[in-house]
Amino acid sequence: MALLKLQFPLQRRVRLAQGLWLLSWLAVLAGAFTFSLGVYLKTELLRRAEVMDNTEIHVVPNILMLVGLVTMGINLFAGRVCQDSLDSARFPPWKPFLLPWYGLAWMVCVWLLSAVVLSYALQGHLEESLKVGLRNGIRFYRDTDVPGRCFQKETIDRLQMELRCCGNTNYRDWFEVQWISNRYLDFTSKEVKDRVRSNVDGRYLMDGVPFSCCNPGSPRPCLQNHLTDNTAHYNYEHQSEELNLYNRGCRQALVDYYMGLMNTIGPGILSVISLQMSVLVSLRYLQTSLDGVDPENPEADSEGYILAKGVKETMMDVKNIMFKLLQFGQVEAGDEAEAGADGEKAATSS
Amino acid sequence: MAVLKVKFTKTNRDKLAQVLWILNWVSVVTGVILFSLGLFLKVEINKRWELMAERDLHYVPNMLIATGLIACGINFLGGKICYDCADTTKFLRWKLLMLPYVICTFFFTFCILVGALMCYGMRGELEEALDLGLRDAMRYYKDTDTPGRCFLKRTVDLLQIQFQCCGNFGFRDWFQIQWISNRYLDMSRREVVARLRSNVEGKYLMDGVPFSCCNINSPRPCIQHQITNSSAHFNYEYQTEELNLWRKGCRQALLEYYTHIMQSIGFTVLIIWLFELSVLTGVRYLQTSLENVLRQGDPDSESDGWLLENSFVETARSNFNIIKSLGKCNQIDTANNGDPNINVPSTAYYGPDNLPSKQIPMAS
Repeated sequence: MALLKLQFPLQRRVRLAQGLWLLSWLAVLAGAFTFSLGVYLKTELLRRAEVMDNTEIHVVPNILMLVGLVTMGINLFAGRVCQDSLDSARFPPWKPFLLPWYGLAWMVCVWLLSAVVLSYALQGHLEESLKVGLRNGIRFYRDTDVPGRCFQKETIDRLQMELRCCGNTNYRDWFEVQWISNRYLDFTSKEVKDRVRSNVDGRYLMDGVPFSCCNPGSPRPCLQNHLTDNTAHYNYEHQSEELNLYNRGCRQALVDYYMGLMNTIGPGILSVISLQMSVLVSLRYLQTSLDGVDPENPEADSEGYILAKGVKETMMDVKNIMFKLLQFGQVEAGDEAEAGADGEKAATSS
Repeated sequence: MAVLKVKFTKTNRDKLAQVLWILNWVSVVTGVILFSLGLFLKVEINKRWELMAERDLHYVPNMLIATGLIACGINFLGGKICYDCADTTKFLRWKLLMLPYVICTFFFTFCILVGALMCYGMRGELEEALDLGLRDAMRYYKDTDTPGRCFLKRTVDLLQIQFQCCGNFGFRDWFQIQWISNRYLDMSRREVVARLRSNVEGKYLMDGVPFSCCNINSPRPCIQHQITNSSAHFNYEYQTEELNLWRKGCRQALLEYYTHIMQSIGFTVLIIWLFELSVLTGVRYLQTSLENVLRQGDPDSESDGWLLENSFVETARSNFNIIKSLGKCNQIDTANNGDPNINVPSTAYYGPDNLPSKQIPMAS
């Protein structure tokens, strides 16, 4: 009771081999495509590496790059095999490699699927990593004279302008941080001294934001300072003012951006998986149909199938093989005694 | 005295025809490239139409688009002709068309050269358009409530952020215009009224710039207001401060950007022109050698190919005469009082010694 048995006359075998050759070259291209998607995703993640705390999310592009290369390799092999398949002299040397090939192709599909699943599952980790990274970026915004942190200001400004966002969760994050360095604060002025004394840590906190939070789409020139004070600016109400600054937080903006990328990449990967599965199935049919060919009558019909027996029986066979392999290491004496007993039984019964 | 005469054996002619067939198809591709370059330039100019004053800048990309399309058509036809030229019988189909084709292609390649030179020549008009356009855009920066100008603020801000520039020539241009709308000025305050009265036109002028002029590489938070007043900010000296705002003017930034684009496009079009010229030369040689073969009668013999049958001067003179006589087609020749039959010697005259010059053979 073979699984999904099909008849293969000679013409169909030839067509299958030709179709499979074309399909395997398409799959090589798909592998290259997967690799380039991985490279693209990795470059995008590296671009904003300064506002990310850890690199856990990098596992997704790494898997894609590795699997892309493996896919290209195995499908080149499949193309070579089906080029030789119709020649009965050249096909047999490839036969022992086919079983590991099926295993590898199956693993490729599993890994690609896991990459897609991980890209959604790791969203929470990405958000956490961005939360910590952005918090540090905002905290070290003013340290333009500290080596190792001197580019944080430029990074955060560029990020806020490019992604049209402000702060971590929203613009109020800037109120809790001293983002103006002490080098530019006049400590002889009364106002500065009052502000610094007004909080426990001695920080110069203000209800103002950097210029990179400003929204160019606002009809009025940007208001950066005294944002919560309605009387500080003419014709201004801070509760109803929406266009002055960017309303989005940078964490949300970055997560949306990366999820959008992964949503676009997802269908591409799923189509690569289906292409690889079809190459796998076609090669299996080709192999079984060529195995079924009578050597004296090479042009006769033959049968092709996916599994020689049904699924359950194949699983039992595999289990038995596994047990035999495991038992191989056990003491041989038990087997010899059993063989001796069986031999006596056979002798007495006959 | 033919110009650049070359001998062609039969195999040479066939090979020339095949090579030209391939080159013509490559020229179709270059025609597509020309078309897309024109389209790209058109899109780039349209993207910033708000910042350019009314100048007719579209003639350059339109010319490139038109020449690109014509190039595709001409080279497609040329490919077809060269494909047929390998066979002398098929050449007869195209024999009459080839000379007009060569002449048309010659004038067309001249148009490509004109297109390339226009790319380089457009710079002056672009500079003028940008100068006036930017000045107006800055003047209307505050008019976010006027229909038709309400997006100028956003355009100028995004321009200054993207091109890392400030103002027309520099950031001081912002000191000379009122860029804060009256809607946001508290007219009841004394300072505001004092500022408005301090100049003739009643404009609220200040030594401040919009936020988009801020330089992100500055180590200190951006100073936008009271820029010229060193005492208004701690540890600030206006004369030595370089990193606070963008130093470049937007006119120069945009001009550099567009000049770079147009120089690259002009260079590419020049290369395409040289390529088309070489294809044209090959087609001319093919045409003349095949015509000479037909004149000699033997399709397998050698023949000469040339660019011009006579020297350059004689060809120019004969063409000029042809054009003159074309013009005279409808005119009457006034040299003989309008009568074309005067002074034409009569072949038949009857007189005493009127004997036909030819003896009638006597039947013997």
